[in-house]
Amino acid sequence: MSLQVELEHYRDVLIVRLKGELDHHTADIVRFKMEEAILRGNSAHVILSLKDLLFMDSSGLGVILGRYKQLKARDGKMVVCDVNPGVYRLFELSGLFKILPIHENERSALTSLEVVS
Amino acid sequence: MSASNEMRLAFSARSENEAFARITVAAFVSQLDPTMEELNDLKTVVSEAVTNAIIHGYDSDPAGMVTIEASIVGDTVSLVIKDSGNGIEDLELARQPLFTSKPELERSGMGFTIMENFMDGFEVISEPGNGTSIAMTKRIESKKALFN
Repeated sequence: MSLQVELEHYRDVLIVRLKGELDHHTADIVRFKMEEAILRGNSAHVILSLKDLLFMDSSGLGVILGRYKQLKARDGKMVVCDVNPGVYRLFELSGLFKILPIHENERSALTSLEVVS
Repeated sequence: MSASNEMRLAFSARSENEAFARITVAAFVSQLDPTMEELNDLKTVVSEAVTNAIIHGYDSDPAGMVTIEASIVGDTVSLVIKDSGNGIEDLELARQPLFTSKPELERSGMGFTIMENFMDGFEVISEPGNGTSIAMTKRIESKKALFN
């Protein structure tokens, strides 16, 4: 079981679509790809689009928190959308929703960020 | 269905085996006809315990071996996930939400909290230098029960 990371730049927003399973084994790929894309694309904000993320554990929380800090240091924002029930529960348990606004889909996530910027 | 049904698994402490471990346990438990949520809970706690064994127990040395013993008695699943690695110095501290001994690896410190929350029974036995053993139980409220 593996993980695919799909990246799309839209204005100053980086959309990150994670497909598959995010655990300790696949967390490094997410870290490196996102780190590089944020720096290279000079992205201000990130949308984590998780419709096809079928599994995630606390290693996923770690890598997401890491990117949140990276963005925050640049005054950027991170939002999540399309979260399935299993992943939702993990976000809720860890208190991540206190710092990451959640949206139903990419469109409403984008709208929220354009109001911000 | 009251006699015990058991399985045992031993594998190298390699991160690519995390998915193997959780999928294997899920397949074993599927005979109880668990809900998607129950199955996801079990996969998550196996992933947490195995990842801890690899990263903290063995410092990511693939020579280490992780074992999983699973058993089903009635509608209850018991899991024991073991390593013979470093052990945990301060168990109480390790169990605190958000505590991690390896922040440089972007660990969230949520592993034990997740295991405690997702399972009905949870116990850690660990001794510095003598490995860690995590025993957990969960009752599966089989979908079949809905029809009875």
